[in-house]
Amino acid sequence: MPHIKMARKSTDTDMTPFVDIAFLILSFFIMATKFKPPEPVPIETPGSVSSIILKEENAMLITIDKDSKVYVSINAKKDQGKLTTIIEGINTSRSLGLTPAQIQNFKNTLIVGVPFGSLKTLLNLPPAEQAKVGQPGIPVLDTLNNELVWWIAEAKKAFAGEKLLYLIKGDNHSKYPSFEAVVNALRKNEEFKYNLVTSQEGAPEGTELYKERQGKK
Amino acid sequence: MASIDSGGGDNHKKGPGVKKAKKLSTRVDMTPMVDLGFLLITFFIFTATMSSPVAMDLNMPKDTKDLKDQTEVKQSGALTIMLGKGDQVYYYEGELTPENASTSFKQTTFKGIRDVIINKRKEVISNYKGSPACEQKAKDKGRDPKTECADEDFVVVIKPDDDATYKNTVDILDEMTINNVKRFAMVKISDTEKELVKATEQASGVK
Repeated sequence: MPHIKMARKSTDTDMTPFVDIAFLILSFFIMATKFKPPEPVPIETPGSVSSIILKEENAMLITIDKDSKVYVSINAKKDQGKLTTIIEGINTSRSLGLTPAQIQNFKNTLIVGVPFGSLKTLLNLPPAEQAKVGQPGIPVLDTLNNELVWWIAEAKKAFAGEKLLYLIKGDNHSKYPSFEAVVNALRKNEEFKYNLVTSQEGAPEGTELYKERQGKK
Repeated sequence: MASIDSGGGDNHKKGPGVKKAKKLSTRVDMTPMVDLGFLLITFFIFTATMSSPVAMDLNMPKDTKDLKDQTEVKQSGALTIMLGKGDQVYYYEGELTPENASTSFKQTTFKGIRDVIINKRKEVISNYKGSPACEQKAKDKGRDPKTECADEDFVVVIKPDDDATYKNTVDILDEMTINNVKRFAMVKISDTEKELVKATEQASGVK
């Protein structure tokens, strides 16, 4: 009687294609990932149908957080000297009496959200610790003493002759009066064009904009 | 799995001094490599920021004290939208007078306001009688005068209340883009309107 011998199959599988795919995906993600810049203040931006990609170079970013506190940060990566010009301008116009070391430290400060009175204390801290300190926000709601006006004025001076974008990044839950105060501060400086930072959203179906966008395609 | 053959159990007799070269498997255990690969993939998926933020343009008018420079708004084409607490929207058409306040002041939500805007726009377009000045301008620019001027009188006035959130403001500005409203303005809310909003909020129990 012939004896049938079952071939013993190996439990090993060839993993090479599997690894190939895994690393292909991996390389895709490595290339496509743009790391989030460190966010000193977490902001949940509202959505809008706008499709203009945000430009962040040479921009003054005014942040309004969920408690309606206002912060300011200036993005001038190409020319760090501008930041020094701004803080020196603030120092003289508001006679704060900052030391050269504090002025130097402003370059590394990610975001400022303190009244002028506390600016000295903030600039004494190293940048890593500044983020940990709860900043009370720049006072804007008092129309007579809207400190943001000074910040904008100095930034405008430092960027004279160049294009400076004004970005307003507000949180979903921030209240309208803060936003209004920010806009008023900009208007006082004769600046009437702003960019609101939002996250992207599609145009709702059946509306005018939807038809227009469909027609273009 | 890669395993080293110790060659312990072979029965070949080759005589003394004859060494046989061991045949090593060319297979490598890839499991740790795959593990690591997928770990990195997961990491990058989580940290990836796929949607880049977009910018929304906002242009504000210059403050003018001179009455001549101020834009006149026709009552028939005006729609005033107020934003209140709890994502509520209030609106009225034309002018608000003490007599018509109870009938023309209405409450809606962000979902409902779109239809209000669309209907008002249609109404304004259907009432269009022709404006030679605007049509001439459109012709000069090489645009169709009919579509350019029919909604010329349509103006939306946005008045956010102190309790409105920033999201509400952006949403209503977005609504202007969505519905192709060319003329709109953000104006400070007046005291009478504020009181009306407050009263309606209390009556309907909006928190």
